[in-house]
Amino acid sequence: MHKPSQNRLNTYAAHGALMLYTLIALFPVFVIVMNSFKTRKAIFREPLALPDGDSFSLIGYETVLKQGDFFLYFQNSMIVTVGSLFFILLFGAMAAFALAEYRFKGNMIMGLYLALGIMIPIRIGTVAILELMVQTGLVNTLWALILVYTAQGLPLAVFILSEFIRQVSDELKDAGRIDGLSEYRIFFRLVLPLVRPAMATVAVFNMIPIWNDLWFPLILAPAEEVKTLTLGSQVFIGQFVTDWNAVLSALSLAILPVMALYIIFSRQLIRGITSGAVK
Amino acid sequence: MAKHPNRKQFRWHIIIFLMPAVLVYTTVMIYPLLATLWLSLFTEVDQTRVFVGLENFKTLFGESVWSDQFWNALVNNLWFFIIHMLVQNPIGIVLAAILSQSKLRFSSVYRSAIFVPTILSFVIVGFAWKLILSPIWGIAPGLLDAIGLKVLYAPWLGKEASALTALSLISVWQFVGIPMMLIYAALLSIPEEILEAAEVDGITGWSAFFKIKLPLILPSIGIISILTFVANFNAFDLIYAAQGALAGPDFSTDILGTFMYRTFFGFQLQLGDPHMGSAIASAMFGIILVGVCVYLFGIQSRMRRYQF
Repeated sequence: MHKPSQNRLNTYAAHGALMLYTLIALFPVFVIVMNSFKTRKAIFREPLALPDGDSFSLIGYETVLKQGDFFLYFQNSMIVTVGSLFFILLFGAMAAFALAEYRFKGNMIMGLYLALGIMIPIRIGTVAILELMVQTGLVNTLWALILVYTAQGLPLAVFILSEFIRQVSDELKDAGRIDGLSEYRIFFRLVLPLVRPAMATVAVFNMIPIWNDLWFPLILAPAEEVKTLTLGSQVFIGQFVTDWNAVLSALSLAILPVMALYIIFSRQLIRGITSGAVK
Repeated sequence: MAKHPNRKQFRWHIIIFLMPAVLVYTTVMIYPLLATLWLSLFTEVDQTRVFVGLENFKTLFGESVWSDQFWNALVNNLWFFIIHMLVQNPIGIVLAAILSQSKLRFSSVYRSAIFVPTILSFVIVGFAWKLILSPIWGIAPGLLDAIGLKVLYAPWLGKEASALTALSLISVWQFVGIPMMLIYAALLSIPEEILEAAEVDGITGWSAFFKIKLPLILPSIGIISILTFVANFNAFDLIYAAQGALAGPDFSTDILGTFMYRTFFGFQLQLGDPHMGSAIASAMFGIILVGVCVYLFGIQSRMRRYQF
């Protein structure tokens, strides 16, 4: 049996290892954000020092806000992310309800068909997606991105949501039917409110990959007025490589919204992952 | 259990519930996927599409103008994957094992902090590390100097021999949070009775981890492996953000994603070639399909018996 002193030693070792790794994980972010508030001279002379009265400067942020249209990019990212999540959740829940609730011919095959996309990345079809978007005139519109992300998110959404919808009690739905509610009302009024936690999990899983995607904005919507924040900062930083103040500030500005999202939703995200929704 | 007694009437609502999802999924995902596979069998002659069968694949695998680049990208991609399997997943498992110790304080703080890089975009991660490893800025050499290892410093991202490994490790740094979380969840789901029974037999600490917990979380390790595989063979963003479409220096960091992008979209003076691009995409599809099948039929079906 273990002696208490050895137990304490173990605890110290555990904290030591975790702190070390936390440092590794956060250090780069910290260095970037910290240096974005410094003068060019201070960035190079003392990269690891906190900004003080002498070295504090917002010149990078001024350049970024003057040169790049970050508010527009932010707005575009917001529209694409929120729009895609809306359709993933609405269409996903409807399909999940159909698969979980009714027995019909082809139910099983439909479920498998929709599940195919969980493992196959949508990027493989990019060449034909681009042709499709060119033909339909959707290139360089936010709709192109919303459609692609919706298609990408649906398979996992249907899979997770149908697991949860199966757990909704039959009595409740049958009571609704006896009261004369239509199938649509049963879905929207009775079932949807009950699976809200599962919908939140799906939303959080999809949110960050959509917000951060570079591939589809680069290929489907590279025009200035529809650039997302991820693509916008990529292009901006590429143009200002030698202006370290501007690059560091642009990076910090790009970190800000995701960190905000993460702080708001991290509980939900971590609970979602650890509750085994993706087993 | 007949959920619907009224079987005579055609149930339109089922169609209406299914239609939007099936429509979007089919037109924007499944159809383009099949169309891309189909396009890879064509080529363009005098601005018209001509069916050439498997000619594009012959060119891709056999003619040195294309095949040198293809095999280079594939080998690089394999190395990218191997590093993830050897570094990312073991670190993730160890972190999860430490975190799952009962009565560990601040464990949720550690978890959230270690997950931070995973939520950042590749653009941020790529540029941030480029700056930190840059010889101009001097953070990396300065830190190594502080622990007396300055001799080890080299501009890793700029050297052909080390650029790919450096980028793979950056990607590992970014994604370690995912295996950590999934394994953590799996460790928590192990029934307390099993661990107590082991403790009665005198199996505790690390030996309990290796003898009891590790075999029980093997299915989760399998899931992580296949997720890593699919993500790695479909990767693009980090390389593009850090090294550009040319995946420099001298294509040493080129992987299938960047190769496909250059081929079908074109870059600088090279015009895009959708048919060769489709051929590369089809090859990627084949690789991912093989990986998924190996997992489903070779690994997962054998692991079932460990689950409770």
